[in-house]
Amino acid sequence: MAISTEREGWVLVIKAEGRIDGSNAAQFLESVEGVIDQNDNAVILDFTQLNYISSAGLRIILLIAKDLRQRNVKFAVCSLSSSVHEIFMISGFDQIIDLYDDSASAVSAVQG
Amino acid sequence: MAKYKILVVDDEPDLEPLILQRMRRAIRTGLYAFVFARNGVEALERLSEQEDIDMVLSDINMPRMDGLTLLEQIPKVDPNIRSVIISAYGDMKNIRTAMNRGAFDFVTKPLDFKDLRHTIDRTLQHLIEWRAALASRDQLVALQNELDVASKIQQSILPTQFPKAAEFEVYANMEPARNVGGDFYDIFMLEDSHVGLAIADVSDKGVPASLFMMSSRTLLKGTAIGVPAPGNVLKDVNDLLYEENDTSMFVTVIYAVYSPSTGTFMYANGGHNPPLIIHRDGSSTLLPPIGGIALGIAPGMMFPQDTVTLESGDTLMLYTDGVTEAMDADREEFGMERMQQVFADQPPANSKEATEMIFEAVHAFAGDTPQSDDITCLTISRTGTG
Repeated sequence: MAISTEREGWVLVIKAEGRIDGSNAAQFLESVEGVIDQNDNAVILDFTQLNYISSAGLRIILLIAKDLRQRNVKFAVCSLSSSVHEIFMISGFDQIIDLYDDSASAVSAVQG
Repeated sequence: MAKYKILVVDDEPDLEPLILQRMRRAIRTGLYAFVFARNGVEALERLSEQEDIDMVLSDINMPRMDGLTLLEQIPKVDPNIRSVIISAYGDMKNIRTAMNRGAFDFVTKPLDFKDLRHTIDRTLQHLIEWRAALASRDQLVALQNELDVASKIQQSILPTQFPKAAEFEVYANMEPARNVGGDFYDIFMLEDSHVGLAIADVSDKGVPASLFMMSSRTLLKGTAIGVPAPGNVLKDVNDLLYEENDTSMFVTVIYAVYSPSTGTFMYANGGHNPPLIIHRDGSSTLLPPIGGIALGIAPGMMFPQDTVTLESGDTLMLYTDGVTEAMDADREEFGMERMQQVFADQPPANSKEATEMIFEAVHAFAGDTPQSDDITCLTISRTGTG
């Protein structure tokens, strides 16, 4: 698991790579918290390079979503591979997290 | 009381006043206290009288018992005392012997007090770290014991006796991963000879997850006894779990009510892997998604319900992602296709066999790859007369 960031206007895009499971979920949370700035208005998790997420990883997504919601920061997840998308569907996370096909539509959605 | 107590062993009487003089500041501030002995025998007497001695600074050549013999005796009194040897300059043979006998360090004569002070500080620093390491090892052992207890509780609350009737058979098994996990299943009788069936997977591992799992199980069973519709059961349990959940843990659950006389399986799905129906000929059908989110995440959620009817000879399987996501050495997942292939190759004779076949297939697939998640299967078959 590795993350990298870029900024699209005032939107922070965090790209996650590899796998998020019980062995690195805590580390993933720490990395993401580390890159989000107090002044960020919108955060997008780009999962183009993410192969797998376990339920421990979903819990971290939930923690991030809750935290950002409390701070009035917009949050979306984009570019899920079909297997990761399926995990979001099965668990019902698609009902509480905004999912987008690609980062462009995610960026315009959180800016809108 | 000084912070550290050092035993100095030397047959030359000059050393005692010299050390007291040179180290007077450290003594006055209460950092160090010194005790003295004139040979190895006296040193052992001091050590047995004063259990708070942290380190020994000893000469080699002494009457009655020399420093090298003393080195061998010290660990028998207390293995956590550190020793520093004073040797003649260039006496590599004795220094080697001393180090081999467990001395932590050495200083040479004539004594350079700056170097001695540095060596004492370094030895005591090592001792501090060593003691911290010992303390965390003890904590780890205690924690491991705690985990073992939690794991045993998790196992012990799962039913191992299953209801049985002419019209159906039910069987379940859970294999925990090394750490305490959060899978559970439950099977209980309801009114009108209906059977309540549940399978669940808590999002995390460890003691907190197992506590969350136990509270989920209790709430589910308690609610199920008074509420007939599975969708309403999950709705109520979700709201109850959400109320007391400040850890953002969640649990995926399928809860179903099976009617043995009609073969109807009425279920709601809280974010769990969909059930699989295995037919008499070994073909199988994965049930389509029906909506429903994992429990404990958001309040007021609704849980759609669906009903399927088992034909005689059908087996319905509930499973956790520990089955489908079991990995082999190449990190490939066991997956749904392999699961369905197991039954296509050999149609199971009954629910017990279906569960056991999946466990065997997962073990064969994973080989020596360590199990990272609990593996749980629950199967119910509609038998001939049903």
